[in-house]
Amino acid sequence: MGSVVVFCEAAENGIRAASLPALTAGARLAEQQKGSLIALVIGSGIGAAAQDAARYAPRVLAYDDPKLGSPAGAGAPMAETFAPVMADAVKRAGATALIGTATSSGKDILPRAAALLGAGMVSDIIAVTAANRFRRPAYAGNAIEEVEVSGPVIVASARQAEFPPAPPAASVGSVENVAVPALDALGAEVVALHATVSARPDLGEAKVVVSGGRGMKAGENFKILEQLTDLLGGALGASRAACDAGMVPNDLQVGQTGKVVAPQLYIAVAISGAIQHLAGMKGSKVIVAINKDPEAPIFQVADYGLVATWEVAIPALIAEVKKIKAAG
Amino acid sequence: MKILVTCKRVPNPEQKLKIGAGKIDLGGASWQINTFDEYAVETALRLTEKGKGGERSGEVVVVSIGPKDVTQQLRGVLAMGADRAILVGGDDGALDADAVARILQAVVAREKPDLVVLGKQTVDGDSNQVGQILAGLLGWPQATFLASIRLAADGKSATVTREVDAGVEEKRVRLPAVVTVDLRIIGKKAVRNEALAGADAEWDETQRYASLKGIMAAKKKEIKEVALADLGVAPSPSPLMKVVAYEAPPARKAGVKVASVEELAQKLHNEAKVI
Repeated sequence: MGSVVVFCEAAENGIRAASLPALTAGARLAEQQKGSLIALVIGSGIGAAAQDAARYAPRVLAYDDPKLGSPAGAGAPMAETFAPVMADAVKRAGATALIGTATSSGKDILPRAAALLGAGMVSDIIAVTAANRFRRPAYAGNAIEEVEVSGPVIVASARQAEFPPAPPAASVGSVENVAVPALDALGAEVVALHATVSARPDLGEAKVVVSGGRGMKAGENFKILEQLTDLLGGALGASRAACDAGMVPNDLQVGQTGKVVAPQLYIAVAISGAIQHLAGMKGSKVIVAINKDPEAPIFQVADYGLVATWEVAIPALIAEVKKIKAAG
Repeated sequence: MKILVTCKRVPNPEQKLKIGAGKIDLGGASWQINTFDEYAVETALRLTEKGKGGERSGEVVVVSIGPKDVTQQLRGVLAMGADRAILVGGDDGALDADAVARILQAVVAREKPDLVVLGKQTVDGDSNQVGQILAGLLGWPQATFLASIRLAADGKSATVTREVDAGVEEKRVRLPAVVTVDLRIIGKKAVRNEALAGADAEWDETQRYASLKGIMAAKKKEIKEVALADLGVAPSPSPLMKVVAYEAPPARKAGVKVASVEELAQKLHNEAKVI
């Protein structure tokens, strides 16, 4: 009956690829609710993004206003102005749900929109099981919850990796340019956006993660892990024990109290495998453990385990990988 | 500067989770303060200090929701240096983010802080919603997932950095505001109140632990227990979101041990095809 509004994040020439999984999740919910799909595009100078969104949804609501851009020129979405616009779109469409991808913007703005709508929100959904039921991970992936949302409107964020990108629809939808409601940024402003200049991919998105534990003994010993990381085009991580010992900065921490990662390849070096660490990486496709202690719990989750010290194993592994790359 | 910090107790993430018959059995769990909330406490304390171990100015009030047992964890937070605590009686396991935010809204109305600092998420529910909902209910500006925060000398605004998909965003918010903190906030120079600490001020890269002196001092500090009714919040706010069942995620198969680095590299290349 109702309709599902999908927040599609605007990029310069279209919507962000990160929003395509939300369109899939939205379509699945719309199917459960026997409703229709509405794409929502918000920002300043978003004509191209709205046209792009129309390839995926029969109806697009576009809120285009210079005040929805940012002084930094990057069009960084601000929760203070975007959340009221989202609420306006839901009300205007008489929608029963609002969904976005759990990107940094989605995580920041969607709960605020839920507050303005008086709606219940479910974060990080991995499946839509009924018109108001979803599955999502909790306890850093150690438990899967089945949750039910009550009330006339449901707000949800979708885990990007759990829904395939939406394919373009058979026909192109219509774009409605909607009058933007009065906006109050509440004294908040984006001063600047510093694009990541790191040659390494982000820990949360990297295809390969190499992590070191307390067994690395000292911060300078992580340099050799960096060599392996860069050779594999990956990101560097660490166990909580290594961070707590001051060897590496806290933002490298992988685990329940750090970042949850799920790369194609995870290499745990000198990490014993505390439960809270395992919680942060056991969704990885292939796990390699290198540890000198054959009894280390990390071996219980590793696809490939090697009992060795890092001092011996890592230089040898770097040499082997170089050989493979040279041959390949 | 008055800062309100939220602290939720969570089951120790080092303990294995017992899941059966659609429920999580927390009967044998040991409880501790959510790590991101400890970072929030550390952030608030630094914002009231002239530097590491320096003179303090301002007040840090901690609020938690839960059964009376939580006083134990709150003592620990007071021993870190927070000034006083408020414990709102309630079943923390049954409240959704919306209910928690509405209770906090009532606490904010009473305490009138200049800044509310929360951990970005709890490590049990993992929802990452409460700070944003609270800001929305209050109509205050918000700054989430902070990597750093600098309070202006006039105490009227804060400039923060936050990690976003595109890089690092620098945002300025007018106070009062709601902020939530991420891992990098405990960096040596991540937090500073310009009215108190100079640009060279730095702290240890960790949340502080309670000293013996702190533990003794904490015994005399106030933990005020309040009921939902005292706050004018309906005793059992009906949850908009509820968990109907839990299940364990699919288990991983144990793998194989390899004998040498060469074998490992070959298997990764030929079998797993990941390098």
